[in-house]
Amino acid sequence: MSFLENLGMPGLFNYWVVIFLMMAGFYVVISRGNLVKKIVGLNIFQISVFLLYISMGKVDGGTAPILAEGITSYSNPLPHVLILTAIVVGVATTALGLALVVRINEAYGTIEDTEINDIEKKVEDAE
Amino acid sequence: MRRKSIPRTVSKILAPFILLFALYVQFHGDYGPGGGFQAGVIFASAFILYALIYGMDNARKVLPPSARRILLGLGVLIYAGTGVVGMLMGGNFLNYSVLLHDPLHGQHLGINVIELGVGTTVFAAMVTIYFVFAGQDRQ
Amino acid sequence: MNSHLPILQVIIPLMAAPVCIILRRAEWVWGLTVLVTWAVFGMTTTVVIDVLNNGTIDYFIGDWPAPWGIAFRIDELSAYVLLIVSLIGAVVASYARASVIKEIPEDRHYLFYTNYLLCLTGLLGMTATGDAFNLFVFLEISSLSGYTLIALGSDKRALTASYRYLVLGTIGATFYVIGLGLMYMMTGTLNMADLAERLPDVVATRTILVSLAFLTVGLSLKVALFPLHLWLPNAYTYAPSVVTAFMAATATKVAVYVMIRIFYFVFGGTDVFAEQGVAEVIMGLAIAGMFIASIVAVFQSNLKKMLAYSSVAQIGYIMLGISLVSVSGLSAGLVHLFNHALIKCALFLALGCVFLRLGSVEIKDMAGIGKRMPLTMGAFVIGGLSLIGIPLTVGFVSKWQLMNAAFEANLWPVALLIPLSSLIAVVYIWRVIEVAYLQPIPASAPSVKEAPLSMLIPTWGVALAAVYFGIDTDLTLGVAIDAAQSLMGGGQ
Repeated sequence: MSFLENLGMPGLFNYWVVIFLMMAGFYVVISRGNLVKKIVGLNIFQISVFLLYISMGKVDGGTAPILAEGITSYSNPLPHVLILTAIVVGVATTALGLALVVRINEAYGTIEDTEINDIEKKVEDAE
Repeated sequence: MRRKSIPRTVSKILAPFILLFALYVQFHGDYGPGGGFQAGVIFASAFILYALIYGMDNARKVLPPSARRILLGLGVLIYAGTGVVGMLMGGNFLNYSVLLHDPLHGQHLGINVIELGVGTTVFAAMVTIYFVFAGQDRQ
Repeated sequence: MNSHLPILQVIIPLMAAPVCIILRRAEWVWGLTVLVTWAVFGMTTTVVIDVLNNGTIDYFIGDWPAPWGIAFRIDELSAYVLLIVSLIGAVVASYARASVIKEIPEDRHYLFYTNYLLCLTGLLGMTATGDAFNLFVFLEISSLSGYTLIALGSDKRALTASYRYLVLGTIGATFYVIGLGLMYMMTGTLNMADLAERLPDVVATRTILVSLAFLTVGLSLKVALFPLHLWLPNAYTYAPSVVTAFMAATATKVAVYVMIRIFYFVFGGTDVFAEQGVAEVIMGLAIAGMFIASIVAVFQSNLKKMLAYSSVAQIGYIMLGISLVSVSGLSAGLVHLFNHALIKCALFLALGCVFLRLGSVEIKDMAGIGKRMPLTMGAFVIGGLSLIGIPLTVGFVSKWQLMNAAFEANLWPVALLIPLSSLIAVVYIWRVIEVAYLQPIPASAPSVKEAPLSMLIPTWGVALAAVYFGIDTDLTLGVAIDAAQSLMGGGQ
């Protein structure tokens, strides 16, 4: 078995992309101090989940799950519906997160994690 | 953006088509890709385009805060209301088959009304989010 | 009408929320909220009585039978959690008016009540549903409205607390979705009862084990199990008092309920929980949380933060009970779930009264407050005694059950650690009592009167409930044992 076949390529290519995006997004959330970048990382993380669901929903030889003349094999429509819901949830979360970042910027004057921590420490020490 | 006549003219021409396309996506949701969420976002994008080119003051005249709030609530109430009507007609919550004289038409009506509710709320939500973010520089 | 109650108790607050947005006037919105939450409590009580007498209720949305449609499934465990969530929701809503006027700007009041109702919808929906993805939807509804509620706090640190909770909570929910997706891949169904039937055939595959891992980590983030509790202290401290009282008593408890559902019901037909060492890991983390969080609580000068760390410790107790994988352990965890909700609600409501009059919850401002606000601090003392676990209060019932369960499992060291950590609770509760009652009122202190009746009555109501359910344990312990027995009886 060649090296690529051992990895499951090309059949499992989608799942490798899922893992890559998941870890990339998670890494961005953890390592980047800028609050907006964290939200971007969160988005990438959620997108990997969408890919996971859609990839598993594909039926071998099936087309998109839209009724049409003469087609007998469709992909599973349920994951598509689940992902629609999850996308909306993701959009709402992003909107809420960005609204919070705007207000944090107004209140603290910065959106860098480390600087905000410093300001909070000063407030706590003064209490 | 007073001097930039190209964007102003183009957006004036395009806006009705965007709205029409949004309605198309809305009502073809049960035959093809589309439905409430997508339609709501496209519908909102027309208004956001208007707000970008013509300025927030004009946009606020088109969509005052009270209109946005009422649309937000109305959409959710339409959705849940359809479900409750299903209950009153004898079925369980969100049972579309009992809404009309036969299950097929009931399902059609139910899905379309639900998607209308979703589209309304999503449109109001997107527009509100944009207006709130864009209105920040007033302070 | 009766047969529609399972869905009505979730839909009524959901429909009341947009009405609140449209109405906008603060008094009407508060009145509507109180009306709706008490109506929901009435509905929940009816459903609970029905379930306790007649067994599990199944409600098919849209009349599509499970597993094709979404089914609401209310068994004893769900009924138990529904009861406490709706009770706390109603009591805190009645309390809310004066506190919200003090802590939140007037033009945001209607937004507060809208999000309160949405959070309640999400929590009730999570408990009532029998479909795993529907659970995720309600989880996100309650989480998003929770982030908004916390961000309404007056201190600017509420914003960063809410942001951090948002990031960690979304990661937790996304992990849950990943785990669910992997389970769906192997079984083809999302209905929890159906999953329970199909999982034993596929449980040995790597996919299901990874799915279990993702579900555990994701839900532990929501439960605030040590060391994934980092969002909790700041979120509880800087949120408005009403929000802290509501969320401390409900949000983590419902997340614990979801964990029990997944481990004992969906995975109930398999032995994976015990086999793979998941139980041992959770036990270790729970015990670590019990001690470390309690010790950190001792050093806090902000009383809300102290109680927040205490919450992390108490969640450790609940998870310890669950990780014992026995009927007595599970019922101990469940009874502490109910009791801790009552205790923390009473404590945070009392602190809300103090904040209303004093404007601060720092311990240095509390000198002599026991004499100036006797009724408020009386409720706080009852809550504190219950937290420690004095006999005749609910805290004692939970700790006793937990120690019994640990002895049964022949885990003597664990059983002895439980009263040991209660001793640490004595330290941080005594600190407050000493300052409140035994220190003289400084001359420079502002003169304050007792909290208004609209806030005192709910606070004392919950505090007295904490005593009542410590004496008459039929409802709480009896139902907990029943629920535990039916769960451990084998996945159905």
